[in-house]
Amino acid sequence: MTGQFTQDAPETECLLDSMRQDVIGKPLVRIDALAKATGTATYAAEYPVKDCLEGVLVTAPFARGRITGIDIDTCLACDGVVAVIDNEKLIARCAQGTAGEAPVQEVRKVAYWGQPFALVVAETFEQARDASKHLKITIQDDDLSDIPCDPQAVEPENQQYSSQGDLPHAMTEAPHSVDAKFTTAGHASAAMEPHAAIAQWDGQTLTVHASLQMLNYNISELADAVGLEENQVRIVSRFVGGGFGSKLGISAETVAASLAAMQLKRPVRVAMSRQQVFQCVMRRSETSQRMRLAAGKDGTLQGFGHEALVSNLPDEQFAEPVLQSSEFLYAGDNRLLTLDLARVHRMTAGSVRAPGEAVGMPTLEVAMDMLAEACSIDPVELRLKNIPDRHPMKGTPFSSHKLAECLQQGAEAFGWDSGLRKPRQRREGEWWIGTGMASAARVHNIAKAKARVTLNPDGTALVESDMTDLGTGTYTILGQIAGEMLGLDPSNVLVDLGDTRLPRGPGSGGSWGAASIASAVYVACKAIREKLTKYANVTEGELNLKDGGVEGGASFAQLLGDKELREEGHYEPGDIEDDYVAAGFGAYFAEVRVNAFTGETRVNRMTGAFGFGRVLNERTARSQCQGGMVWSIGAALTEALHFDPRDGHLVNCDLAEYHVPVNRDVPELEVIMVEERDPAASPIQAKGIGELGMCGGAAAIANAIYNACGARVRDFPITPDRVVACMPD
Amino acid sequence: MPIIINDTSLDVPADPRVTLLDFLRHHAGLTGTKKGCDHGQCGACTVLVNGMRINSCLALAIAHDGDTVTTIEGLGTPDAPSVMQQAFVDHDAMQCGYCTPGQICSATAMLQEIAAGWPSDVSTNLDGDISASAEEIRERMSGNLCRCGAYANIVSAIGEVAGRDRV
Amino acid sequence: MRPFHYTRPESLNHASQLTASSNAVPLAGGTNLVDLMKLQVEVPRKLVDLNRIGMETIAEAPDGGLTIGALASNTATAVHARVRSDYPLLSRAILSGATQQLRNKATTGGNLCQRTRCSYFTNIDQPCNKRQPGSGCGALGGVARLHAILGTSAQCIATYPGDMAVALAALDARVEITGHGSHRSVPVRAFHLLPGDRPERDNVLEAGEIITAVTLPPPVKGRQIYRKVRERSSYAFALVSVAAIVAMDSGRIARADLAFGGLAHKPWHDPRLADLLIGEQPSAALFDKAACLLLENARSHGENEFKIPLTRRTLAAVLAEATEIDL
Repeated sequence: MTGQFTQDAPETECLLDSMRQDVIGKPLVRIDALAKATGTATYAAEYPVKDCLEGVLVTAPFARGRITGIDIDTCLACDGVVAVIDNEKLIARCAQGTAGEAPVQEVRKVAYWGQPFALVVAETFEQARDASKHLKITIQDDDLSDIPCDPQAVEPENQQYSSQGDLPHAMTEAPHSVDAKFTTAGHASAAMEPHAAIAQWDGQTLTVHASLQMLNYNISELADAVGLEENQVRIVSRFVGGGFGSKLGISAETVAASLAAMQLKRPVRVAMSRQQVFQCVMRRSETSQRMRLAAGKDGTLQGFGHEALVSNLPDEQFAEPVLQSSEFLYAGDNRLLTLDLARVHRMTAGSVRAPGEAVGMPTLEVAMDMLAEACSIDPVELRLKNIPDRHPMKGTPFSSHKLAECLQQGAEAFGWDSGLRKPRQRREGEWWIGTGMASAARVHNIAKAKARVTLNPDGTALVESDMTDLGTGTYTILGQIAGEMLGLDPSNVLVDLGDTRLPRGPGSGGSWGAASIASAVYVACKAIREKLTKYANVTEGELNLKDGGVEGGASFAQLLGDKELREEGHYEPGDIEDDYVAAGFGAYFAEVRVNAFTGETRVNRMTGAFGFGRVLNERTARSQCQGGMVWSIGAALTEALHFDPRDGHLVNCDLAEYHVPVNRDVPELEVIMVEERDPAASPIQAKGIGELGMCGGAAAIANAIYNACGARVRDFPITPDRVVACMPD
Repeated sequence: MPIIINDTSLDVPADPRVTLLDFLRHHAGLTGTKKGCDHGQCGACTVLVNGMRINSCLALAIAHDGDTVTTIEGLGTPDAPSVMQQAFVDHDAMQCGYCTPGQICSATAMLQEIAAGWPSDVSTNLDGDISASAEEIRERMSGNLCRCGAYANIVSAIGEVAGRDRV
Repeated sequence: MRPFHYTRPESLNHASQLTASSNAVPLAGGTNLVDLMKLQVEVPRKLVDLNRIGMETIAEAPDGGLTIGALASNTATAVHARVRSDYPLLSRAILSGATQQLRNKATTGGNLCQRTRCSYFTNIDQPCNKRQPGSGCGALGGVARLHAILGTSAQCIATYPGDMAVALAALDARVEITGHGSHRSVPVRAFHLLPGDRPERDNVLEAGEIITAVTLPPPVKGRQIYRKVRERSSYAFALVSVAAIVAMDSGRIARADLAFGGLAHKPWHDPRLADLLIGEQPSAALFDKAACLLLENARSHGENEFKIPLTRRTLAAVLAEATEIDL
């Protein structure tokens, strides 16, 4: 049986608000916490599989050209080697999120340094790892001088152009204006679990335990890559050790393990080395950006310009959507937004946590700080002044908009001083102390999703979907949704996820996971409730369920006898997507200290206030927000991919030299979740949350650095040398 | 001599290339210890050897015969979690969970190091009393990366076990 | 990792014999060696495990100094009571490096012998004269953000990455070396080599020679400071580090033992700095003069140009702190 819901209009009434179990939104402990804390949660590479062979990927040590020959003999002669897989079905790049088809498979045509082209399979990992270094190739590499590795040196393609009014004129006429250029470095997802897969082939079915975010798309990608029908493929990802975009689409290890298992008729495990994860999985593009803001005397925006240049490999569609929230965040009649894409030979650029806003918002929000200074207006006030009523270009209304509340509540909690702001006012020993703030914005995404819910007469329920939980808390919140709707303690709801044999969920990515899959579970539960009204002989409005039955009445066993109720919920976003601008909003406030001698910056404290619709679990939601804020710190201060300008290889391809924040970089993080329901965002009135925490936070830190020591650094990350270079003497 | 892992004796592997980490994961079936970088750059593989926390990825199993190794599985189980494991659960000190076993092994040893009066990079005095302040915990736990960004909750979880209010 | 033969010698002499062959490498803590073996930067045929031949003791030296066994862990050294009280600079330097997990495994001798973190050295598909003599230097003209500005050569611009040895250089410690039936003692300041035409040689050790200990001279008066500037607040190599022992006498500088990390192929010690500083009243102008002297032959290679002003500023901060003046 199926419950179907396509959202074409705002859902102002949500059943979750009238249920009796009272678990939705509550800070329940995540149900997989104990498994994770005791080491009993099983990740992709950890399934005990008999007679499992070990594969190690081999990658190309040049950026562009052709592999004309592979000499496998030396490699095959190594101890324990079983095979070298170098067939034409291996994938050369990872699939972009939601691709649903195999990515580029011409592995012998090399397009970036570190492109995988073969798999060495041996009895043990140690044997495979050593043998992989003995694979000899002959190459025909293209003239290195001809390889565009520097995005600035390439004639870019325009990806997006929208204009309204006359921005240059507005800039000339405005009493106050800012025209500033910025750069942001490339980022790596650097999930803690390296990409890994164990593939098994029984002659009929390919079963792969993999570490992936979107099984609903990954199954199509994998089937397409290896040449099987989807019904011959099963992917299992019950625990994923972090994704952040890097596991949206399939990568080389999953396909290589599958092809090897099919060829050798033995299970094969392939785990990427950390260096390989850096070298051949998605990167976030570096950007160069120009911000132009024109304002009246009182700070009212009259002109708004945001131009960005990003890069990607030839033939890739993805262009870091830098302008995504710039389109609607602030008012201003004269507007110009352009996005250009340069084709370079670096690994695939794709989604890394909060694609677009992660690098677009920090520059916009530094420019706003500069404008506030130019206008002598408090930066919070400047933002409040410029919140538009509708989309400034399309004229569509906002579904729900909590930026003002976030700014106000955040400022109050932080103790923001709205007085006149001047740099270099507070010094403690060697350290300048300062504060800064920024707005947060992230578009709301939602996707179609299916989930199956079974209500058992014994007062338990089962929720099933191929949805994944990357650590976001999906297992837990789905238990809460079902528990709330069906009157069950969430501990009596078993949530089974991460297996393509289950109904297709939305996948985890773009912060759409929770709202989409929870809506599907909600729809399924509504259908079960509808049946229950018949058993109980009441209307939906009278059906009060609590603790395993009708409140103060029959238990499910009494109601259902030995019959279980099973419904599949299908949720689909409908026309409403075009009727409203839906986005999460927020505000960050940071206090930093900057060493007057060395330019080192440390964040003393940080407050984030966010509005993202209904909170499904206060505890896991808070953790998501904190995680985003930690990424804001990394983007602000430490994270940068460095490429060799000559051959395009990634220079810092490990966790020693690509600096993700460590514990000591992170102070106490205060999170305020602003009360909101967004009826246009999803039937459960929730929006995305996993990315919002890093959509602008880097600017709060950058602005605080300026306030502390007077260094206005426009290149991210703001490393000590850049602070020193910009610090007034 | 065998290696003693969580009270079980296991013979060292024949291949000297096998790291203690791969020995635990592939030979001993103890996959609670995680491989995050394999180069001592993330701390996910942290285990206790003779009570001291080390990166098992940089240790050769063959060189540890006779040593006593405690992994996350040896600290506690779902039925009987250690105090630190329970604190991580209670404080939501994890998201994806992949760094968590390493964090917990590290934290367990760390509190012993503080009790022994070992200073850290942030200790004001090398010889003074060392308290389990948030600042001390942050520095001492900086060898365990968490990409999900659960640091604040990790610090509160450890702070609770240390029995001190956060400073 | 190439296949290798693992041996555990019973004595120092035995170990020395075993490591005399050119493709035998001693294993101490392994935190750097095993890392490099996985990358096939190091491909020893024979690994000689020094861990159980009793070189981990830390003992009083007859002259009032301290002898730290080559196999003493970095942790054992940093928390040793005498190190904490008499050589706090050494404790501080060690504690600023790596992580507790790494320091628990890393050793005195191994730390001295750790190799550069230059990414062209650790990536076997890039040219590197240190790893493969004659193949060229990838860092020259490449990404050289973390590279040396002092004592470089046309062959190599790598830095020595450690912190402990920078403190040892300031303390004027000695490296005790045994091999081929004899013993020699080399000042830490002379232990590491500049790259010159032979960047493959990091230090003066010959095949078959093993570091047995580091000897610290009797403690001296003065403030001891280790200042490390890094991009991340912990678990990062130094952009620049300064180790200083500075004593004052009647408002004038009476001692100024300085060494620098992150600037060169070795812990950098320039004896002219002490000559310049001693007898002078501390001042911003004096510190600047010292920095000018230190950096007079500094050469940047693109991105690492920032190290010149950063060193000047860090030195000023350290000297100001040591002499208790405000800048």
